[in-house]
Amino acid sequence: MTLLEFARGPALQWSITIFIVGVLWRLLGIVLLRTKKDLSEPRNPAAWKGLRLIALRSWPRREFLGGTAFGEVMGYAFHIGFLLTLFFYAPHVLFFADVSRGLIGTDLQGLTGFAWPMLPNGIVTLLAAISIAALVAVLVHRIVNPVKRLISNFDDYFSWFVTVTPLVTGLAAFAHFAGWPYERLLAYHLLSVELLLVWFPFGKLMHAFTIFAARGATGLIFERRGASL
Amino acid sequence: MFSISVGEFLRSRGVTRRDFLRFCTATTVALGLPATLTPRVAAALEQARRPSVIWLPFQECTGCTESITRAHGATLESLIFEAISLDYQHTLQAAAGDAAERAREQAMKDNWGRYLLIVDGSIPTGNPGYSTIAGHDNLSMLREAADGAAAIIALGSCAAFGGIPGAQPNPTGAVSVADLIRDKPIVNVSGCPPIPVVITAVLTQYVTFGTLPELDALGRPKAFYGQTIHDRCYRRPFYERGQFADSFDDEGARLGWCLYKLGCRGPTTYNACATVKWNNGTSFPIEAGHGCIGCAEPGFWDNGGFYRALSTGNWGSARTVGTAIGVGAALGIASAALARKRQRDAEGA
Repeated sequence: MTLLEFARGPALQWSITIFIVGVLWRLLGIVLLRTKKDLSEPRNPAAWKGLRLIALRSWPRREFLGGTAFGEVMGYAFHIGFLLTLFFYAPHVLFFADVSRGLIGTDLQGLTGFAWPMLPNGIVTLLAAISIAALVAVLVHRIVNPVKRLISNFDDYFSWFVTVTPLVTGLAAFAHFAGWPYERLLAYHLLSVELLLVWFPFGKLMHAFTIFAARGATGLIFERRGASL
Repeated sequence: MFSISVGEFLRSRGVTRRDFLRFCTATTVALGLPATLTPRVAAALEQARRPSVIWLPFQECTGCTESITRAHGATLESLIFEAISLDYQHTLQAAAGDAAERAREQAMKDNWGRYLLIVDGSIPTGNPGYSTIAGHDNLSMLREAADGAAAIIALGSCAAFGGIPGAQPNPTGAVSVADLIRDKPIVNVSGCPPIPVVITAVLTQYVTFGTLPELDALGRPKAFYGQTIHDRCYRRPFYERGQFADSFDDEGARLGWCLYKLGCRGPTTYNACATVKWNNGTSFPIEAGHGCIGCAEPGFWDNGGFYRALSTGNWGSARTVGTAIGVGAALGIASAALARKRQRDAEGA
């Protein structure tokens, strides 16, 4: 079995399995927790309005802009670049279509009649490069800033590592880095993605699943208590 | 066996000086040598004695022989190929049976330690009776011929890597030449079949300089296997722009877009098809509208379906995913139940 066969076979299957098990474990573990009944009189009966916090927290508050602008800009640059690369790069689209066909017997086009659009490779390359640059910038900021350095732990650095590695290996595979065989570069890329999948549920990357629910829950509590959002 | 020079032989076959020099230039460049070496190649080739070559076809389909001897008709490549002293090749030679075997034994004896051994086809290591020539099994015939060879050329993917006979479940226990012979220089000229000019270029270098070409990690001449089909494919710009054919008869296919989505193995296949091409430089499979099947790579027959895009993985079955969902849900419910119990205990205390 070659490295590529291992990467696209057993390693992929195990990492997907661990990812699914881990994500469901953590999500259900949180969702099914018992919440204390709030016996106080609600300040605002229309507590559902607190869900606005999901959107409000996605944008910097004017009064804190000076201190948060760097993180906000880098955060958006990374996330937009990463997500567009992940979901709109042609080989990735083919991979997801294959997973879909395996699971439900058809892909998005078969299901809805709409084709999943793909971005031109040049744009995807630029987006991936921007993502990497943003990740490097936030890492440097984390190391240089004494407060951030103090509150950072292994989880922060390892999560950064497993996030940046697929981008770097993906770019390397696309560019046929240093004349290395494509199948070796592709195997490295797949293995780096698999490392990301395995680590995902157990580290801070899990925020991808919890962040909006957490903001919503906080917003509901704040609104009920009459706090300003 | 080393009776006349290559130059004399070619002149006797009516090859002009101009054609000969053109061939020398093309071969020099194809081998990755500086073009300034062309006069040296021409001079050396003209004076070179015809080396003895013994060609052993084992578990093969004769496709390699067809490729080398028939593909281009009477070109300079084929004449150069004839310019070696091919002393044994049981498909091509007129003699058969004991007479052919005596010719092989005599050629080996006369040129012991100096002859080139070409092998096409894989070698069965199971029952010796799976493949025999004049009563001799392939394995012992290879070992005997390899003993006296100066070098071995494993022609085609079967001889180089086991090929189709070595594909799962490999009923004959087929292996490559390199799996069996360790003490001789071996050049793997892989492909199913290999490109004719590659074998003639390797022979030309050997005849001219007495050396074998620089090889890659899989023992293949770097000059021909140094880049992927994808790297040199004329459809590469469409790949860069994300323009892919979705089926073999859609608009994309008609416009000549990239065949990556249709399973093309170009990005993982190292060969010179996209530059040297086939049928006297007419075209190559991708140009004819079909993706590369990666025939020059080890285990190409077992590397997944030919029509599955390279990016797709063997990610598992719906059952595996279902089991993972079940296990994850059970763990989540169990951990939440434990947390609830701890909460109640804390409140009780």
